[in-house]
Amino acid sequence: MCGVCGCGESQIHSHHDDELEHVHDHHHTHHHEHHHDHQAEHSHAPGLSQSRMVQIEQDILAKNNQYAGENRRYFGEHSILALNLVSSPGSGKTTLLTETISRLKNEIEMAVIEGDQQTARDAERIRATGVQALQINTGKGCHLDAHRVGHGLESLQLKDHSLLFIENVGNLVCPAAFDLGEAHKVVILSVTEGEDKPIKYPDMFHAADLMILNKIDLLPHLDFDSRQCIQYAKQVNPRIKVLSLSAKTGEGMDNWLRWLKAELELQLIEYV
Amino acid sequence: MHEMSLCESVLQILEQQAKAQQFYKVKTVWLEIGALSGVEIEALRFSFDMVVQGSIADGARLEIIEAAGQAWCLPCGRNVVIQQLYDQCPHCGSHQLQVNAGDQMRIKELEVE
Repeated sequence: MCGVCGCGESQIHSHHDDELEHVHDHHHTHHHEHHHDHQAEHSHAPGLSQSRMVQIEQDILAKNNQYAGENRRYFGEHSILALNLVSSPGSGKTTLLTETISRLKNEIEMAVIEGDQQTARDAERIRATGVQALQINTGKGCHLDAHRVGHGLESLQLKDHSLLFIENVGNLVCPAAFDLGEAHKVVILSVTEGEDKPIKYPDMFHAADLMILNKIDLLPHLDFDSRQCIQYAKQVNPRIKVLSLSAKTGEGMDNWLRWLKAELELQLIEYV
Repeated sequence: MHEMSLCESVLQILEQQAKAQQFYKVKTVWLEIGALSGVEIEALRFSFDMVVQGSIADGARLEIIEAAGQAWCLPCGRNVVIQQLYDQCPHCGSHQLQVNAGDQMRIKELEVE
């Protein structure tokens, strides 16, 4: 059972069925979803037509945002640092994760949610490090959504004051729009990609708080202009912070680990 | 690509509203889409027609209200209109812009029966 929506696990994948019966069969207590305006105008058009106008003023992503809010509350109650890692395919997210985990696993409790369209290969790579990992296959979907992550949290049983990495589907477009309840989106860009990615895919760089420039060990072999790339990122998002590192050689990893520990520590603060 | 998911969310809202407000057919849907929302309008139209097939909104007309992008320019201390997230302030050329409108995706109104 889903603690948030009351749905059975088997129903998750059929929420969008276009059969009307399915909707009417729902006996969920979706009390949190009904923010419609009961005062909406019911102006019946004259004549034979039964048409009327209904003003609803509802955010299309309202439902995802409600689930994200529930996830965020859960993370807050348990002082968990949740990070949503986003990038194009092949930026080195999973290698960055396995290297990060092997360096921190004696100090910090960690877990990983892996989002991919197909296969459990990434989750297997994470489990090989000794950390629990949950694979969510999105099938045709191009991003993780807060509802699926919420179900993932139920099966992971995270420890208090732990670190949760959510490795989103490799895609610089769609995951930008879907809040998962994370503390930060971290966008990873490898230097083998173009330096103009931040302005080609501005939504993602606008939504992220931290950018990691990965694979810097390859810079001597490439024409990649790091300064220009960072300038583009700041053009899209003046608040974005940037770290450059190589998960493979370990260069720059210290700063990343420092950032993670500091952010995790911040989760213990109880604001008034 | 996420236009498909957005349309599925729209359909879910329509189905909830159909129960709450007692209608059985949606004839027109008005969506307000901000210029900075990352939504491709043509992809949205294409996805909408596919997603609503066989539903209460089968054949419904989709009306898009496009909303301009707006940001607060820190150096100028005023709101400016922008078309893209990487735009500079049209007055001072700064990138110190905080988006404050034009990233919305909302269902505004429905024509139903």
